[in-house]
Amino acid sequence: MTKEHANWSPYDNNGGTCVAIAGAEYCVVAADTRMSSGYNILTRDYSKIAQLADKCSMASSGFQADVRALQKHLEARHLIYQHQHNKQMSTPAMAQLLSNTLYYKRFFPYYAFNVLGGLDSQGKGCVFTYDAVGSYERVGYSSQGSGSTLIMPFLDNQLKSPSPLLLPAKDAVTPLSESEAIDLVKTCFASATERDIYTGDKLEIVILNAEGIRREYMELRKD
Amino acid sequence: MENSSYSLLSSEADSQRTLYPYVTGTSVIGIKYKDGILMVADMGGSYGSTLRYKSVERMKPVGKHSLIGASGEISDFQEILRYLDELTLNDSMWDDGNSLGPKEVHNYLTRVMYNRRNKFNPLWNSLVLGGVKNGQKYLGTVNMIGVHYEDNHVATGFGNHLARPILRDEWHENLSFEDGVKLLEKCMRVLLYRDRSAVNKLQIAKITDEGVTISQPYSLKTFWNFSAFQNPTVGAEGSW
Repeated sequence: MTKEHANWSPYDNNGGTCVAIAGAEYCVVAADTRMSSGYNILTRDYSKIAQLADKCSMASSGFQADVRALQKHLEARHLIYQHQHNKQMSTPAMAQLLSNTLYYKRFFPYYAFNVLGGLDSQGKGCVFTYDAVGSYERVGYSSQGSGSTLIMPFLDNQLKSPSPLLLPAKDAVTPLSESEAIDLVKTCFASATERDIYTGDKLEIVILNAEGIRREYMELRKD
Repeated sequence: MENSSYSLLSSEADSQRTLYPYVTGTSVIGIKYKDGILMVADMGGSYGSTLRYKSVERMKPVGKHSLIGASGEISDFQEILRYLDELTLNDSMWDDGNSLGPKEVHNYLTRVMYNRRNKFNPLWNSLVLGGVKNGQKYLGTVNMIGVHYEDNHVATGFGNHLARPILRDEWHENLSFEDGVKLLEKCMRVLLYRDRSAVNKLQIAKITDEGVTISQPYSLKTFWNFSAFQNPTVGAEGSW
């Protein structure tokens, strides 16, 4: 008597790519707006970026229902934090919360691949990169999702990250200006769109700096 | 409905969980048009490969501002309608002049579907939720694992494969009612030709700020007079 197996999967991959780059006084978080399932495009205009706090944004790709549930969870937790501490959560604090939230479901994971971007309490840009079960690291830049394998090596080449083996640890934050970083992000997505079928339609860029938050959009190939 | 077992893995609980659908409805298509939302679904309820039921209403109004269309397991749809009844009842009992809009109903349905998926006991449906409130049009969809989105046109099942491409080409902002109906009928005709679970008895529903109207059932004209069908064996000699 063997146990019957479910003929449905609780997971789906709705595709998409996310990128984040940290600068001296800014942080750029970007993701495409295509939502797919298998070989179908479900919609061309779905945002994968959530604003968790005033100076903290998260871009997530993977299984959309899990991504949305994760965003709602963190938004709710941030609201409670504000009620209890009378201030916004710092980006490193949110980073730890996200890690703990993901690991909490270690044995039925959120199929979400996240990059968290924001300004730390000194106003410097910070980027945290995650796997699906909460393992995370602060980095100067990162990409996740279906196009990450295409984008990450390019970012490594362009942003000349110092070796993590150096002591004392060298700052990984890029010396690029804000507009140079935005151009770099646009280039990354234009390239990834060429070769990754799940990336395309439109690019959404969120820029966080001392003045606040602003959004930019760029059309991508729709094929 | 809730099982009283202590573990998700015990065999007692297993007999309570959905494994596969039994009586199913096929595609639902929804589009935004000038005055609101247009939605279409046929009236078939298939039992596997048998077209068992031919008068199933797969679209229903929800509250004052919304319309739900469902494909997939019909009994799960009826369950969802009971949930929505409770939701709209509680909403009107507040008696505060406010009523649930389509965005809120869609969000509620998304949470219900996702939470059932988390418990490995899904409602085996793909839902289309459309509506208008205070002049704002809304059209969204959610499926059995909780994947959801809104767009100017949505479709479930085969509709995603056959109707969406037509809609991507021919839908535009501010469609008139007549043009919208023509567009949906074009999509349904293609589905009739190509989806084996489609039946030629459909309803079109319209929702505007004034309210919901669901049409009487009717059929589409189909065309089979292609010359290739007249003499099907022409050119077959010598081939396998």
